Amino acid sequence: METATQTKPEIAVSLRDVNKWYGEFHVLKNVNLDVERGQRIVICGPSGSGKSTMIRCINRLEEHQAGQIIVDGIELNNDLKNIDQIRREVGMVFQHFNLFPHLTVLENCCLAPMWVRKIPRKEAEATAMEYLERVKIPHQAKKFPGQLSGGQQQRVAIARSLCMKPRIMLFDEPTSALDPEMIKEVLDTMIELAESGMTMLCVTHEMGFAKTVADSVIFMDAGQIIEMNTPDEFFNHPQHERSKLFLSQILGH
Amino acid sequence: MADPNLSATPPQAISTLPSKPPFWNDPQKRALVFQILLVIGIGLLLWFIFSNTLHNLDKRGIKTGFDFLDRPAGFGITQSLIPYTEASTFGRTFLVGLLNTLLVAGLGIIFATLLGFAVGVARLSKNWLISRVALVFIETIRNIPPLLQILFWYRAILPLLPGPKDSISLAELFYLHKRGFTLPSPLFEPAFIWTFWAVIAALVLAFIMSRWAKARREKTGQQFPVVWTAVGIILVLPLITFFLTGSPLNWDIPALSGFNFRGGLTVIPELTALLLALSIYTAAFIAEIVRSGIESVSKGQSEAAASLGLRPNRTLQLVIIPQAMRVIIPQLTSQYLNLTKNTSLGVAIGYPDLVNVFAGTTLNQTGQAVEIIFMTMLVYLVISLVISLFMNWYNKRMALVER
Repeated sequence: METATQTKPEIAVSLRDVNKWYGEFHVLKNVNLDVERGQRIVICGPSGSGKSTMIRCINRLEEHQAGQIIVDGIELNNDLKNIDQIRREVGMVFQHFNLFPHLTVLENCCLAPMWVRKIPRKEAEATAMEYLERVKIPHQAKKFPGQLSGGQQQRVAIARSLCMKPRIMLFDEPTSALDPEMIKEVLDTMIELAESGMTMLCVTHEMGFAKTVADSVIFMDAGQIIEMNTPDEFFNHPQHERSKLFLSQILGH
Repeated sequence: MADPNLSATPPQAISTLPSKPPFWNDPQKRALVFQILLVIGIGLLLWFIFSNTLHNLDKRGIKTGFDFLDRPAGFGITQSLIPYTEASTFGRTFLVGLLNTLLVAGLGIIFATLLGFAVGVARLSKNWLISRVALVFIETIRNIPPLLQILFWYRAILPLLPGPKDSISLAELFYLHKRGFTLPSPLFEPAFIWTFWAVIAALVLAFIMSRWAKARREKTGQQFPVVWTAVGIILVLPLITFFLTGSPLNWDIPALSGFNFRGGLTVIPELTALLLALSIYTAAFIAEIVRSGIESVSKGQSEAAASLGLRPNRTLQLVIIPQAMRVIIPQLTSQYLNLTKNTSLGVAIGYPDLVNVFAGTTLNQTGQAVEIIFMTMLVYLVISLVISLFMNWYNKRMALVER
C-alpha cells in the first residue's frame, strides 16, 4: 500500500445510497462503497445477498433504481454515451465464462478491440497473444472454446476482458463452475493480475484468495454491506453475528 | 436362462482374443441378415407393383410411354410465363405448369421469409403490444389449415373487391379489382441492355467496395458505411446509364376498355390468393423458428458482449445471429419444402400449377396416369432435393464457424 501514502488516492468506483428492487424484492439496500484505484476487494456473503447484483450494477448489466454510481469519474445514468464509456473501462469475468462458442479463442479476444476500440486486426491479434501468454494458453489460440477445459475457458475469458485494456475488473464467482483441480489455475491467474496493480472487485468464496490478495473483504447479507474490513481482521475477528455464522459455515468443515 | 456367451467362454481364452459368440447372437451378423432380408423384400414388392401395373395396362389396351407429350393439348391456361396457345403440346403444358409452380414457390419463399423474420423479431420485442400482436398472428395463422386459408383469400376476401370498372386505382397506373391486380408492364428498347449491364457492374463494384472496406477495417480499424455506399452505387450507376442512353424504357399502361383492361400486366386473383395464403401461413411457422433460434442463444452471450462494450446492434450482428442461424437454418429448410409442396393446394381454386394443368387436365385428356403422376412426383422430389441441397450447403458454411 505504498501508493496510498504519497498522494490522495483516486476513487475508481463509488456507490452512494444505491437501491434496487426486483419487483417487490429489495435486492440492494442503501449500499455505500468506495474503491480506490489499485484496490482489490473481495465480496462474500450467502447466496441471494445481492453481491452479484451489486457488481453487475457497476457496468450496467443491472440498472439501479436509486442512488448514485460513479465509475472512473463518470456517472452511470441513462446516458448511453456514459454506459458505453464505462463498459470500455470495466472488464467482467462471469461464472459460466460466456465465451463466444462460434469464434476461436483468438477471435474471442479480438472481437471487442476491433469493433469497439477500432484497432487494426494485426494489432488486436498481437495484443491478444500477449494476454493469452499471460494466462498461459497461447498455444490454444486457434481452438474453439468448446474444445477447452473449464479452467482454460475461464482463463481465456480473463484474457478476453484484458484485451480491452480495462482499468477495473469485475469477477462474478469466477471459480464456482469449475472442478476443484481447475480452480487453482484460475486463481493463480487472478493473483498475478492483482499483483500487476489492477483494480479488482471479486465476488468469490475462495477465502484463500481473499487472504492472499485482498485489501479488504466485504460481507453482504440481505442486500446490505454488513461488514468491511481487512482480511486479517475479518477472518480472525469478525464483528457481526452474521459474519461469524457465515465464516463458521464456510470454514468450519 | 444361462447366457450362452458367458457359459461358452473358457477361462484360458481371456488372455488372447475374446471368444466368438454363435453367429445368431452376434449383433453385426444379425444386422447383416436383416439388411439382406429387407433388400430382398423391397425388391420383390417393387417387381410385383411394376409387373402388375404393366399387366393391367396391357389388358385394358392402354399404350404406355411418353409419346403423348408431343400431341397438341387443345386447352387454354389462364396464366403462362412462356408463350402458350391451345395448339401447344402437352409437353409445353408440363413446362407451363412447372413454371407456375416455381413462380408461387419462389415468390412465396421470399415473402414468407421476410414476413416471418419480421414477426419473429416482433415476437421478442420488449414492447408489450407488438409482441402480443405477433403472438396472436402466429397462433391464429398456424392453427388454421392452409387449404382453408387459400379458400379464405380466394372466396371471402378477393370477391369483395370491385369489378374492373370501379377498380381501386393508384395514380391511374395500378388497378386492384375482382379479376386481379393490373399494373403497367415494361417495354424494353434495345438500348436498355446498357442499363442492365450497369446494374451488373454496380453489383460487382459494391462487392469490391465491401471487400476493400473489410480489409481497411482490419488494417486500420476504421469503419466504413458499407451498406449505404453499396445502396448508393447500386442506385446511382444504373440511373445515370439509363438517362445517358436516352431512357430506353417505355411502359405499357393499362387502360379500361369495355369491361376489362387492355395493356399492362394482370396478376390473376388465383395467384394473389395462393401467394397470400401460403406466404402468411409459412411466415407464422418461420416466425416461431426465428424466435426460438434467437432465444436459444443464452443471455450470458449478450451480457458478455455488453460487458466488452459492444452495442446491442453489433451484439446482434456479431454474436447472436451467427449462433441463432445454426438453429434456424435446418428448420427453415423444412418450411421451404413445405411451402413448395403446399403450392399443389392451388388446385382447389384453379391456379394453373403443375398438379392442376398436368396431373389434372392433361391426365384427364390423355389417360396416361402412370407416366403423368410419376413425372409430377419426380418434379416435386427434384425441387425439394434442390432446396435441401442448397440449404445444407448454406448450413455447412454457417456451422463451419462453430467447430
